[in-house]
Amino acid sequence: MSPDDVMIVVITGLLSTACALLGSFLVLRRQALLPDAVSHAVLPGIVLIFLLTGERASLATVLGATAFGVACVAGFDWLRRTGIVGSDAALALVFPALFSMGILLISRFASGAHIDLDSAIFGDVTFAPLRTIEIAGADVPRSLVITGGATLATVLLVTLLWRPLQASTFDPDFAELGGLRGRLVNQVLLVAVAGLAVVAFDSVGAILVITFFVMPASTARLLVRRVGTMLVVAVAVGWLSAFGGQRAAVTFDTSIPGTIGLTAGALFLLALLFAPRKGLLTRRLTRLRQPQ
Amino acid sequence: MTTTVVRPPSALALHEVSASYGGRTVLDGVSVEIPPATLSAVVGPNGAGKSTMVKAALGLVPSVRGHVALLGEPLRRVRRRVAYVPQQDSVAQDFPITAVQVVEMGRYPHRGWLRRLTRHDDELVAAAMEQVNVADLADSPIDELSGGQRQRVFLARALAQGADLIILDEPFTAVDARTESALLEVLTSLCENGRSVIAVHHDLRTVLDRFDHAVLLAGTVIAAGAPADVLTAEHLERAYGMAPLALNR
Repeated sequence: MSPDDVMIVVITGLLSTACALLGSFLVLRRQALLPDAVSHAVLPGIVLIFLLTGERASLATVLGATAFGVACVAGFDWLRRTGIVGSDAALALVFPALFSMGILLISRFASGAHIDLDSAIFGDVTFAPLRTIEIAGADVPRSLVITGGATLATVLLVTLLWRPLQASTFDPDFAELGGLRGRLVNQVLLVAVAGLAVVAFDSVGAILVITFFVMPASTARLLVRRVGTMLVVAVAVGWLSAFGGQRAAVTFDTSIPGTIGLTAGALFLLALLFAPRKGLLTRRLTRLRQPQ
Repeated sequence: MTTTVVRPPSALALHEVSASYGGRTVLDGVSVEIPPATLSAVVGPNGAGKSTMVKAALGLVPSVRGHVALLGEPLRRVRRRVAYVPQQDSVAQDFPITAVQVVEMGRYPHRGWLRRLTRHDDELVAAAMEQVNVADLADSPIDELSGGQRQRVFLARALAQGADLIILDEPFTAVDARTESALLEVLTSLCENGRSVIAVHHDLRTVLDRFDHAVLLAGTVIAAGAPADVLTAEHLERAYGMAPLALNR
């Protein structure tokens, strides 16, 4: 493996760690589509920053995108809690509205400039080792610094909020009544997801981020009995996908993010079929072995 | 010389409580007192606001007006002393957790976000599971338990919390008659030891036979008191629009 290969696996693995930790709670809360929604909702933030500064791939762009990512999850959470529309509808109402606002801004004020999500904040992990910044005289890939920081912050957050996250995901009323501040923790989780998603889009691209939020957690859920174990297994599946996918991409000369995503999908399929208690084939075999 | 008798405060006291949910008024000016150390039932037809009433009392419904006291205090001062056993479908069905982990949650209100559970906590958890006969299920994933077993586990969580007031929302749905009877026995013995238990319930027959106190609800309070006085043909007709046949003795 070349140093660049190792760097790609490390950046992707770190990011999959952060995404798997938060994604596990999203999957258990049936909010797995949230990162996908955020990926669309950020558009008006990117356009506004372009109109204000003329920049379209700067730090300000990421901040503008984050602001609208947070606006998306806040709007979703508010609509959901009114009890008037369901959770899924709340999400489906908010992000197309924000995305349309972005399209409108582009067509009205920036039709001449080439702005779209791909050129602004959706990176590609293939080129991550090449975009470097200088730290203490050494050239370090920008994505390594960003994903390292984001992963560390996520690990700290989940450790600190472990009990309330667990309790409010399992039994929201209990968490609220027991003084564990379930509602507050819910909002912190949503904002963390929005922030992490935008940072991750910038480093590895949208599809891989959405994959990492959902696939490893769903795979892990099929294999475990305890939520703590679920997080550990999800992180392991993320790293396995990053490593296996990168190696396969080099061997078969295919797209790195695409192959990593496909590897994560293949691991999920394996678990779906062969997981000890919940696997489809395992359950069928157990039924066949039982005497009629 | 005069002696003052200190009466223990009501388990639950509502004064002019109104609540709306999803834009619809579900409770309209409910005032009721439920005495302490009794097994009490909240009954009424579907949509009468039974669940909303107990959730409003526990601060779990967003828009509530009126005054609520639990064990004579406002909610914020008695959070640890009040336990809630939710309706089964409001718990995440797919969450990977074992029975003992659910019961351990009962100690979270005492230990907060970060403090470790102590040996004392472990003992309370074990004793609670023993008391409702689920000690042998400790390591079973919750999604592999029957409805009755789950309900016992959630009751054990309330016991491990050491709550003085336990509020249950439809605890006997998806539970067979024998388990229901066993659970009622546990609840009765808790009341004999001075704890207060309030259950949202719909089987009027068991209310007559097993409960000490009943509140009949239909958006507002139709009647409250001893079950035999509450579940009269006249009251039931006002609540349900007709007297349920099974109760005509």
